[in-house]
Amino acid sequence: MKLAIASLFIGLASAWSPANDASSSRREAISKTLAAGAALAYPLVSNAYSVPDLPYPYEALEPYIDTPTMKIHHDKHHATYVANINKAMEGKEEVPILDLMENALDAGPVRNNGGGHYNHAFFWSEMAPPDVAKKTKPSDALAKMIDASFGSMDEMKSQFEAAAAPGAVFGSGWVWVVLNNAGTKLEIVGTPNQDNPLMKGVKDEIKFPILGLDVWEHAYYLKYQNRRPEYVSNWWNVVNWDKVSENFAYVSEKKSGVPVEG
Amino acid sequence: MSGKKVIFDTALRASVNLQSSKLPSELTKSSTALFSALSGVKATLPDLPYDYNALEPAISAQIMELHHTKHHQTYITNLNAAMEKMDSAMINGDVSAVIALQGALKFNGGGHINHTLFWENLSPNSDYNEGGTLDKALKERFGSKDGFISELTATSLAIQGSGWGWLVYNPKTKMVDIAACPNQDPVEATTGLKPLLGIDMWEHAFYLDYKNVKPDYVKAIWDVINWDTVEARLEAAK
Repeated sequence: MKLAIASLFIGLASAWSPANDASSSRREAISKTLAAGAALAYPLVSNAYSVPDLPYPYEALEPYIDTPTMKIHHDKHHATYVANINKAMEGKEEVPILDLMENALDAGPVRNNGGGHYNHAFFWSEMAPPDVAKKTKPSDALAKMIDASFGSMDEMKSQFEAAAAPGAVFGSGWVWVVLNNAGTKLEIVGTPNQDNPLMKGVKDEIKFPILGLDVWEHAYYLKYQNRRPEYVSNWWNVVNWDKVSENFAYVSEKKSGVPVEG
Repeated sequence: MSGKKVIFDTALRASVNLQSSKLPSELTKSSTALFSALSGVKATLPDLPYDYNALEPAISAQIMELHHTKHHQTYITNLNAAMEKMDSAMINGDVSAVIALQGALKFNGGGHINHTLFWENLSPNSDYNEGGTLDKALKERFGSKDGFISELTATSLAIQGSGWGWLVYNPKTKMVDIAACPNQDPVEATTGLKPLLGIDMWEHAFYLDYKNVKPDYVKAIWDVINWDTVEARLEAAK
């Protein structure tokens, strides 16, 4: 988009150069510039999903998630999912990535790459630097629902960590706190690869994530190697409970997944 | 062993509600047989046939050591724990518990099998026997050794999430072929195909060296394949 704007300025400015004194050629120059600018702003790939910017610098989640991991995870892994979903959706109707989730199991590329894009966009948005995160807390409504569903926050964290243990989500996957379809309680579910509970068929019914953790090895290997339990127990330090509370309020009201940027 | 047998026979008598101390002879014979099968054979971590740094630069010593002493060891530890639980479940005739353990057995047992095969099909010495049994089989199925390399590379890179790429022998078609299995699913147990060469595509197998650039890992691993082992496995499989 920046490239498009820059080329618009340059093109329009050049339309007023001495070479374009005749008004008809200036009109031509301007219309060519606008066409070029439009082409840059709206690439031929119609869906043009993009990797959303991180809401914090790469190093902001240190020491719990290291800077190199954030860089590679965001700039490479997430970017690859975005490039691939764009390829898969070329020529198709443009919809928010959330809308692709329900029927994602119908098509392998959408399941893997659409799921990958949604999951990672969701993930970045629910975290915050440790000094910010520690000032956040679940809303009254969320706290009440956590107690009703798990007994206590500690119990929820304990169950979450068990679900995230190596072997529990065999191989690559994600662990989620979700609101069940009826909206009556929270549950903890694990999904393999880039599946998520919004996809019809992944669980017995569609469930709405309010919190999720990437337990693919690329999410923690540089710092933690095989020590996944340490990664998981450290991760609570960067969870933004205000955002999680917002997610909870949203899914409770709309009975739909949380929209994400990109 | 005899002490355990006394306990076991007592339990058997109790379970069949016999008043007599004498069990039917068939039952005592079969209980002994059953018990010796559950004598607690434990899996152990095999030594690597080479030093941790032997496969550099394709795979770093750091990865080899972590992969061997942490990841493989964990599968073994968890496999042994699952097998112990399986022993109890079988002795107690607890069908539900036996079924519940299948996931852990497949995951950890598969992990142990796969990694044991993996260490053996890697080597700093990757001499290839032109015209040998393996060479002939690869040419028959893939046209050339390079054709095979190309296909297994593509299959391995296409795996979503965690899994393994394999050269296998198909006993039905009597030809070699390519397979991919998810997670730690063991090839033979889940497909009937016989594993000849495995490439670990779990991120822990390459991440510290290659990060997200999987293609560079797979390209490099071809420099450290133990073709002799692959050929020996093929000859054994036929």
